[in-house]
Amino acid sequence: MTVAEALPVREAGEPADGEIAVRVRGLVNKFGSKTVHEGLDLDMRKGEVLGVIGGSGTGKSVLLRSIVGLHTPNAGEIEVFGQKLDKLSRAERIKVERRWGVMFQDGALFSTMSVRENVMAPMIEHTKIPAPLMRELADLKIRLAGLELEAAPKRPSDLSGGMRKRAALARALALDPELLFLDEPTAGLDPIGAGKFDELVRSLSNALGLTVFLVTHDLDTLAATCDRIAVLSDGKVLAIGPLDEVRENPHPWIQEYFSGPRGRAAVR
Amino acid sequence: MASNSTRFQVDAAADGRQVLTISGDWTVFTVAEVEEKLRQAKITPDAVLDVSGLGRIDTSGAYLIDRAFGALDGIDDPIDIRGEHPSIVRVLGRVRKASPASPPDPPRVPGLIALLDRAGRGAVQAWTEFMGLLSFIGETMATMWRLVLNPRRIRWKSVVAIMEDAGLDALPIVCFLSFFIGLVIAFIGANLLAMFNASVFTVELVGIGMLREFGAVLTAILLAGRTDSAFTAQIGAMKMRQEIDAMRTIGLDPMEALVAPRLIALLIMTPLLTFAATLAGIAGGLVAAWSAMDISPQMFLTRFQEVVPPRHFWVGMLKAPVFAIVIAMVGCRQGLLVEGDVVSLGRRTTTAVVQAIFLVIAIDAMFAILYYMLNV
Repeated sequence: MTVAEALPVREAGEPADGEIAVRVRGLVNKFGSKTVHEGLDLDMRKGEVLGVIGGSGTGKSVLLRSIVGLHTPNAGEIEVFGQKLDKLSRAERIKVERRWGVMFQDGALFSTMSVRENVMAPMIEHTKIPAPLMRELADLKIRLAGLELEAAPKRPSDLSGGMRKRAALARALALDPELLFLDEPTAGLDPIGAGKFDELVRSLSNALGLTVFLVTHDLDTLAATCDRIAVLSDGKVLAIGPLDEVRENPHPWIQEYFSGPRGRAAVR
Repeated sequence: MASNSTRFQVDAAADGRQVLTISGDWTVFTVAEVEEKLRQAKITPDAVLDVSGLGRIDTSGAYLIDRAFGALDGIDDPIDIRGEHPSIVRVLGRVRKASPASPPDPPRVPGLIALLDRAGRGAVQAWTEFMGLLSFIGETMATMWRLVLNPRRIRWKSVVAIMEDAGLDALPIVCFLSFFIGLVIAFIGANLLAMFNASVFTVELVGIGMLREFGAVLTAILLAGRTDSAFTAQIGAMKMRQEIDAMRTIGLDPMEALVAPRLIALLIMTPLLTFAATLAGIAGGLVAAWSAMDISPQMFLTRFQEVVPPRHFWVGMLKAPVFAIVIAMVGCRQGLLVEGDVVSLGRRTTTAVVQAIFLVIAIDAMFAILYYMLNV
């Protein structure tokens, strides 16, 4: 696919900008004496690709883990699709969890299973689809994630780093989530592979109307895929908005981030 | 939007084309209900798709529709869509691009040939394992020789740590087990020998049995299970995290840093543990003899000194260092053979324990034959 194809303007009929997919209020996360989040607020609109950046240790991954419930915050409220997660019963929670997909930094594929079985695992758990169709759907997800079907019967350990990331994306897409969490999806990929991955995320989010929460260090990814960018610093969201707007923010970290040689090259 | 139950309906339109009307939600959670019926509905590729009653649709639903229109058979005409829906066109388009051509099934091999194939592979693998172990022992011996020439390179810190971990910490379990085995031997002997009025020979039975065989073999089997799994898991985890590669790049020899300390530690601790195990086993026999046969401890020990010559002690102790080498080598080698994934770590750990126990018993049998021929 080409870049032009990958970046169509969002059509009318998409969820209105006002609708909130994820709402975080007053999030506090402490590890021992170190405070990572101190009253963090964040709103994610439905249908947008939100890039989350920040220096190492500013709690980007912790924020992601808090939203998907892998980490219990010390204080604060998290609402996903308008539902407070900590107030839900187990069954209601699973219903919400089925509506999101998470791709971890190193893929976190199940090493005892083939790629196809990895993609089928969430379907087996949550749907009653007969096995042959499930296989076909898994293959569809694998192809959607940009992998060839030759990869489907392979074990994750037999794949290259880039292919593993795509396989992990395929598993995250298994239940056709509305909300996709990506933790540094392009880390460790070569620039060409990273660029292709960016296009893929953008085109999937356009075609399927996905809301994407994207933690990244990659300036090119920010420029190519994100509708808005949230900068984390000092335990809070320092700035949030479209790339051009955030770049104008006078905060020294943001200025250093975007006007360093790498930053200039990426957003030129 | 329309009602949420997933349904479809096929009608004939005025111009004679089929009209496929889909309604309700078509998502990964609901498509199972209609899959079978839709497959049997025989939709022609030129049919019209009516989406005015369609609720939510995702890639799974779109795939089903695309498949019904014959996309898998290579038909690539755009689907004629009637009615308004916010996302159907884009989702269908994305799915069409990614639709998998039906994947080839792996060729099936007849059962008998597959069985022979596996047997052949197994035999070759057993042979390469054996040769691999021998060459690993050779490599280790070369490393040890370098260390003997340059003893300051021996990492005594890790040697001592492993001695504690694999040796001292194993002392209680080794002694307990050996004590009970001594007890059991004495009881069996007491019953059997009583038939010939020769209960007092229990002392010889326990003494010679523990000194020659059980002290060394019990210790070795326990170490094979307890220590080999630890060696393989430790070294294997380091291998998985590329720590071994990192060591090589900074000029650290893994043979010297990981394998040699483990071998030295076991060479020191296995004889000591064997000695402790032998003592504990004899103590077990003594307790059994005292409680069941009224042979007092003094009498047991006096008779022990009279009838059990010290060469039996050396016969047993001589095996301890051989077992130590086997255990250390198997554990370290399997650890270094671990590959990148968790499965291979588990498989290598199992292999290490099985191989070590097998080799300990096989080597013990060879010793028995050797001693028999030497008449000791």
